[in-house]
Amino acid sequence: MAAFGSFALLIALALAAYNLLAGALALRLIATGRQAAISPERLADTARRAGIAGFLAVSAAAFALIWSAFTNDFSITYILEHSNRALPGAYKFATLWSGQEGSLLLWAWLLGTYGFILRLTHKTDVKLYAYAGTILAGVQVFFLSVLCFAAPPFSLYRGAIPDDGNGLNPLLQYPEMVIHPPMLYLGYVGFTVPFAFALGALMMRYPGEKWIKVTRVWTLVTWLFLTFGIFLGMHWAYAVLGWGGYWGWDPVENASFMPWLTGTAFLHSVMMQEKKGMMKSWNVWLIFSTFLLTLLGTLLTRAGLVSSVHAFAQSSIGTWFVVFMGIVLTVCIFTYVLQRSHLRSEHHLESLVSRESSFLFNNLVLLTACFVILWGTLFPVLSEYVVGNKVTVGAPFYNRVAVPIGIFLVLLTGIGPLLPWRAASFRSIRRNFVLPVVAFWVAAIVCLAAGVRPWQDGSLDTGNFYALITFSVAAAVLVAIFGEFWRGATVISKQTGKNIAVSTWLLTRRNTRRYGGYLVHVGVVVVVIGLAGAAFNRNTESELGLHGKMSIGPYTLECTGFTQDSNLNYNSEYALLDVYKDGKKQFQMTPEKRVYLITGQPQTMVAIHSTLSWDLYVVYEGTNPDTGQPIIKAILNPLVGWIWAGLVVLVIGTLLALVPSISPATAVLRVPARTAPTEPAMKGGHL
Amino acid sequence: MQVGAVAVAVCFSLGATDAGSRYTDLNHRLMCTCGCAQVLGECNHVGCPNSAGELNELRVAIANNQGDQPILDGFVARYGAVVLAAPTGHGFDVVAWIAPFAVFGAALLGTILLVRRWSVGRTALTVGQAAGIDPEDRSRLDQVRRDTDGGF
Repeated sequence: MAAFGSFALLIALALAAYNLLAGALALRLIATGRQAAISPERLADTARRAGIAGFLAVSAAAFALIWSAFTNDFSITYILEHSNRALPGAYKFATLWSGQEGSLLLWAWLLGTYGFILRLTHKTDVKLYAYAGTILAGVQVFFLSVLCFAAPPFSLYRGAIPDDGNGLNPLLQYPEMVIHPPMLYLGYVGFTVPFAFALGALMMRYPGEKWIKVTRVWTLVTWLFLTFGIFLGMHWAYAVLGWGGYWGWDPVENASFMPWLTGTAFLHSVMMQEKKGMMKSWNVWLIFSTFLLTLLGTLLTRAGLVSSVHAFAQSSIGTWFVVFMGIVLTVCIFTYVLQRSHLRSEHHLESLVSRESSFLFNNLVLLTACFVILWGTLFPVLSEYVVGNKVTVGAPFYNRVAVPIGIFLVLLTGIGPLLPWRAASFRSIRRNFVLPVVAFWVAAIVCLAAGVRPWQDGSLDTGNFYALITFSVAAAVLVAIFGEFWRGATVISKQTGKNIAVSTWLLTRRNTRRYGGYLVHVGVVVVVIGLAGAAFNRNTESELGLHGKMSIGPYTLECTGFTQDSNLNYNSEYALLDVYKDGKKQFQMTPEKRVYLITGQPQTMVAIHSTLSWDLYVVYEGTNPDTGQPIIKAILNPLVGWIWAGLVVLVIGTLLALVPSISPATAVLRVPARTAPTEPAMKGGHL
Repeated sequence: MQVGAVAVAVCFSLGATDAGSRYTDLNHRLMCTCGCAQVLGECNHVGCPNSAGELNELRVAIANNQGDQPILDGFVARYGAVVLAAPTGHGFDVVAWIAPFAVFGAALLGTILLVRRWSVGRTALTVGQAAGIDPEDRSRLDQVRRDTDGGF
């Protein structure tokens, strides 16, 4: 299987190289109008078909590696180092991305898959797709070259083959780890597609903004995958690492967040280009930067440039990535300089207070956040280089710098949709902003009454202060967004006679993009409320013998026993804790500690009881070597459930935004002839 | 998570509002040195070789009534500057704190100036052309305005 896999990779590389060269030649011939022995259209089509065949070849290689994991082929070094016989099936599948070589193969496979779909749908716009397909092939050549020459996944083990493998890192043996990396990679890799379209459109001086419409679905889907991947990673950190948090500002976490920020900025500012022909250069550079940041993220993960909890994936292929990033940046700059006259704006902003300027400020804040994270991530390297002194840039830095920026961003989430295009009148501002401002102050007063006190004992409590501001801003933004739904639904209700719920649904169907977007904003605000709840976390730690008790918040935990279990993969010991509230037994929790047999590595399995109000989070930390007593840590995390609930709303909103709106013609057809004249006013996003 | 920065950070910014939380405050300003890249107060890896010892050192220092800065200095002397969870306010470290705000301020100023310049240019253009606009162009402009009133 190793020979088959290696051969498949070489074939895939040859096909990608052909796709790149033949595609580039064909496009050059078309652009210059020169004649050749073969027609450039046919040459371009052979390149496209090579791309499709390349997908099959790289799929075969991925299959070979997965098959090797399932058949315990320890003659392959990668399988030996990342799997073992007792590893459950789902984690054997996860072996594909549990190490350096495999995750690069996953990258190439996903890129091949995206390319396959793109090439199959080339009739949408043959020439633009030919450019995009050729650029994708260029990226694929890089990844396949790394796989073939720098990090081969099928290299054979030298010496006597051991009976069993080294096993999978215990941290990765968790259900989310079967989904999180592929989701994240679908997001990372997916941004190659809008990048390819943007670069291709610029190279060919694509007329109009159609390429943006073509790539919108790609960009949104990719963004959704990246969002989902990041949240899955947060949940994994929350449930596995056992420190009660979900985001540690680890360099690799930061690396996934940066392209998300620039991608989000692109999704917003691209509307300016689509609707008003503005910010063309800006958008091109946003998507270039997003792609480069995905490469930087991979570089940070792989090259060991900065220390990270993701060190299990480190290796020495950083140079390859640095060189490739240099090439990509050079190509981007060269193309931009050559074609920049094509990117002249057709309109300019007319007012500081308008929807357009809110997009501009939204972009400014998102990019500043991206810069802050990039700066914080790379500052240790810079400091070591400049003054020879390596420092740590951890959570306290991001708290002070990123929080104000984040709150400003939430505020813009609510303000933006309330501003009209072109310019806002004082009257419209007053009409749209009264209720949100009232909501802000009501929320602030309620929070203060409920005990959120920023000033205690004469000093400022930053946690409470930021929580107060966040809750108040969140209330204002939610009122602003629901106000938008309410205004539109009321008009439809008056015109159609339907109730508000049905009218809201009709409203949303008629402009899924706008109202799906609003739902995404609602999801973001719900997430933020959940994040702000962390300001009120409480924790306690205690040695807990049999029938020992400990209390946290409204709960009392009583230990009713300790027990052990084992299987072929690990031994485990866990505590049985009865949880009481108001003197009544509510439920039982079983925090667990595992020791994996192959590696001997210990791992916590946290017990979590979630409600909308808070999570009761219990960790079995092991036994005190002096007393022999088990140590239990209990944490009460308020509002964490809102984070995951917000993700659900965010995903629903994004999916809704992907659904085409009901076209005006369809809407007219569905209305009885007598009532038709009342409808057109509400069609096609004129709200 | 558009503003993951917001409250993710809030969770780490719990202030030391009472005397008992000084220990928590300080252990959130230090890093565990085991290589896990976690804040000392939040590193509870099973079998972590370093965090328990460091936390104990911190408890002892607080019990001995040492000030915050001498305690932090003591940790730096023992483990190096990497033990501090954030750059200090001295020397080259200051750049770490200034750069984000400087960049944000410059970008904000630049954006405002750009928008003002555009809007002034637009106003001048509108005044100059208003008299000469024909009905057909006016109709197109109205159509553009209607078409652009959508999206989120």
